[in-house]
Amino acid sequence: MRALVVIGAGASGMAAAISAHDSGVKDILIIERGPEMGGILTQCIHSGFGLHTFHEELTGPEYADRFQKEVLKRGIDVLLNTTVLEIDSHFIRYINSTGIYEEECQAIVLAMGSRERARGALNIPGERPAGIFSAGTAQHLMNLDGCRIGKKVVILGSGDIGLIMARRLTLEGSHVLAVVEIMPYSGGLKRNIVQCLEDFSIPLYLSHTITEIKGKKRVEGVAVSPVDENLQPLPDRSFDIPCDTLLLSVGLLPENELTKKAGAELSSTGGPVVDDSYETSLPGVFAAGNVLHIHDLVDYVSQEAEEAGRNAARYILSGECDEACIPVVPGHGVRYAVPQFISRTGKDALIKFRIAKPMRNAVISLISDGRIIKRMRKKVVSPGEMERVSVQKSLIDSELKLEVAENDET
Amino acid sequence: MMDYDVIVIGGGVTGTAIAWYLARYDIKVLLLEKECELCEGASKANSGIAHSGYDPEPGTLKASLNVRGSRMLHSLASLLDLDYMQNGAMVLAFSDSDLKKLEKLKERGSANGVSYSEMLSKDEVLRRERNVSKDVKAALFFPTSAIICPFSLVYAFAENAAVNGVEVRTSAPVTGIEKRRDGFVIHSDDLSFASRSVVNAAGIYADRISAMVVPEYFSLTPRRGEYVLLDKTEGFVTSTLFRTPAELGKGVLVTPTVHGNILVGPDCIETGEKDNTATVSKGLAAVMESGRKSVPELNYRTIITSFSGVRAHPDGNDFIIDMPCPGFFNAAGIESPGLTASPAIGEMAGSMVAEYLKAKKKNNYIETRKKIVRASSLSPEKLNDLIATNPGYGRIVCRCESVSEGEIVEAVRRGAVTLDGVKRRVRAGMGRCQGGFCTPLLLDILSRELNVKKEMLGKKGPGSEVLV
Ligand SMILES: Cc1cc2nc3c(=O)[nH]c(=O)nc-3n(C[C@H](O)[C@H](O)[C@H](O)COP(=O)(O)OP(=O)(O)OC[C@H]3O[C@@H](n4cnc5c(N)ncnc54)[C@H](O)[C@@H]3O)c2cc1C
Ligand SMILES: Cc1cc2nc3c(=O)[nH]c(=O)nc-3n(C[C@H](O)[C@H](O)[C@H](O)COP(=O)(O)OP(=O)(O)OC[C@H]3O[C@@H](n4cnc5c(N)ncnc54)[C@H](O)[C@@H]3O)c2cc1C
Repeated sequence: MRALVVIGAGASGMAAAISAHDSGVKDILIIERGPEMGGILTQCIHSGFGLHTFHEELTGPEYADRFQKEVLKRGIDVLLNTTVLEIDSHFIRYINSTGIYEEECQAIVLAMGSRERARGALNIPGERPAGIFSAGTAQHLMNLDGCRIGKKVVILGSGDIGLIMARRLTLEGSHVLAVVEIMPYSGGLKRNIVQCLEDFSIPLYLSHTITEIKGKKRVEGVAVSPVDENLQPLPDRSFDIPCDTLLLSVGLLPENELTKKAGAELSSTGGPVVDDSYETSLPGVFAAGNVLHIHDLVDYVSQEAEEAGRNAARYILSGECDEACIPVVPGHGVRYAVPQFISRTGKDALIKFRIAKPMRNAVISLISDGRIIKRMRKKVVSPGEMERVSVQKSLIDSELKLEVAENDET
Repeated sequence: MMDYDVIVIGGGVTGTAIAWYLARYDIKVLLLEKECELCEGASKANSGIAHSGYDPEPGTLKASLNVRGSRMLHSLASLLDLDYMQNGAMVLAFSDSDLKKLEKLKERGSANGVSYSEMLSKDEVLRRERNVSKDVKAALFFPTSAIICPFSLVYAFAENAAVNGVEVRTSAPVTGIEKRRDGFVIHSDDLSFASRSVVNAAGIYADRISAMVVPEYFSLTPRRGEYVLLDKTEGFVTSTLFRTPAELGKGVLVTPTVHGNILVGPDCIETGEKDNTATVSKGLAAVMESGRKSVPELNYRTIITSFSGVRAHPDGNDFIIDMPCPGFFNAAGIESPGLTASPAIGEMAGSMVAEYLKAKKKNNYIETRKKIVRASSLSPEKLNDLIATNPGYGRIVCRCESVSEGEIVEAVRRGAVTLDGVKRRVRAGMGRCQGGFCTPLLLDILSRELNVKKEMLGKKGPGSEVLV
């Protein structure tokens, strides 16, 4: 019987294991499918990681390395090249090249990260040629395997990975012809739009989408259409861009097949429903990082996971389990909020959320049973950046609601 | 001297079924396929239904070969280790005129020799299939209808044929056929092969192959059918759900696949182009709307891919299985239910060839074939034994479909040379992320196993290289 099993050795898995260890649980096993620790960080060779945590700009591998050293220093067991196949509240089954194993454990931290949305999710018509990559696959091929994926590239989706890949491809000598985004705004961080597109004069087509993929064997071009306010393409204004490669950067989805199979309740983020100790609806199963909801900054992934690790340790050592009874409800202007429930234990709760559309002079209100208990103003907010707000639990009655509105009432 | 007794042109389900049947005779057989993998035509893009046989016009080859094929598949499923499941089919009626048509279908089914069908009341339909539209009035149920992985059938036929001595050549397009006194010379680019007889199973191109030997007497019209494929949702629908047929074809169906996905389609569009397998937004939208009429709760946000296939529609509306000149055989115009009928077509065309050649049966014929082991379906004990002999079966490469390196290496050993070839054999890249995670790993494994540079590897063949 293990005390704690952590699934995934990305930013979240490593941080959770370290903090659980520091909270007094020594019998920890991290299981990672890949050949090394670090998760998605290993392929993010650009810098821009760790400003909040280390007050310097590291590359992904450098950031991962700092955490990996801490894991190794504590002598935490790590199994690499090993895939978890199935979990239950206190049980896991995993496989690697030496066999298939089953183990009981007191607690689990889910840290499986995310996967990319594929072409099918968009249902783009056309043939099915080679030369269509999701952005993360392209990043893996280029940064880890040293491959070249295309010469003339169009990118669909202006999320961070798409933007970063636009720059990366350009630096590697490919010609990025356009970044096409269906929304009237980019889903990426502002700094990435400037540093990855504007600095290289790569055109960004907002309110446009790709309506057809041409080419039978290899991509030969794409048809691009502007869209109306309901995001429906306007075919008579469609134009073609000849290219040999299409990169899809159309969003990440929390990777929750294991979670789903185990019967945990899932939320609209695609991740499990959790309380403010990051415990899922399965007792003793905690979750943090992209598996819970998609993060844009790794620092917040690490922080969230530390919290989850600490709570997992508390659960193991004391058997304590808070009763999370206050629902957190995304109200007007809010797409989702995590956690979905908070308990009465402790002083404050940290709520993370994303807003539904970009706004200027936004007012963020926290409302308990019709009463505003906290109000914050922000000059600009955008769905591309996760918002965080801390709330004093003693102010909340039976429910906490978040609302965001543009400030016109002053 | 002839190189071969018979050359089969086309490596779809028809050609491989004929090769499979001929393999039991003591003759030299060669199969030629123009693409670098088998199963690149209609056989890879269809509904994957082993139809019971209620639909074809009684008295046609389609009708008799469908019913016979459906029965043969039922027993071949275990002999050839097919991905096959008898799940039953419902034809749903939504109006009074539909109800009348169901009566006719029931009669037509019995005329074709479909041994059993059953009228289900609305309540019974909804009890068995909770997600069918509440507007349903009744349904006709065909218990012998089954779902089958079409790729598994083609590879099973081909592998069993090969084990019994049939030679299979891919990347071998037939470019010309010369008639000789004692047989034929088949040209494939720079190569040529002499053979006593030839079987034309070239799918949508069968009219052109036939015209190389005899004056054109049939032509094939391409009719495209599009689908959307949804992620796995256990128990969402269990039987194959047809709508009551209108004029053209069996209409849009909703069915589980043998692997647990949900398939919605096809439509029927005449494109005039034999190799146009593009999907179009209008077509997909119509298919999706139509699917929702049968099953309103279909969740199109879980679509993982869309695709289309081309039916080889013959003018006469029936399969063309004949010998228009001595030694030259057609198995052409094999549109739906060609997948179901394939073993029966193999038997019929194969017997005609065998008779022409006066071929004798072999005595060392191997009747069975084993599919590639699916590590994830084994018990832990069996899997541990397998991993002990080959650690590759413990390394998961495709996470969505849980495919191990061992399976992928075996796919290559059995002939896969492209990403699509691997995908069709062992499902790596077939899941919800559509190869997002495993493509880089697959390129590594293929490059190592085939001993070629990664840049040479294609999704389908030359011209479809993944890297540049
Ligand atoms: C392309 C890209 C660029 C980014 N750029 C920045 C940036 O500039 N600055 C910044 O601060 N942040 C950036 N981020 C965000 C941040 O780095 C990520 O959100 C964070 O690294 C995610 O960590 P994670 O541990 O949640 O997930 P992951 O890193 O995805 O780790 C999950 C791990 O779990 C493993 N796993 C999953 N399932 C199983 C299983 N069944 N069995 C065993 N192991 C399993 C996976 O192999 C993986 O290693 C970027 C993210 C991406 C994708
Ligand atoms: C949309 C759709 C749905 C269907 N649904 C079903 C169903 O549910 N159930 C069912 O029973 N049937 C169904 N069918 C029918 C079934 O798919 C076909 O009947 C069957 O696949 C035909 O197989 P084939 O081998 O004749 O043709 P193909 O699979 O097209 O094979 C022909 C092969 O010949 C090769 N070839 C062509 N020219 C040359 C040349 N010059 N030299 C060498 N090789 C050549 C091609 O590359 C190809 O591989 C459906 C068909 C379609 C299109």
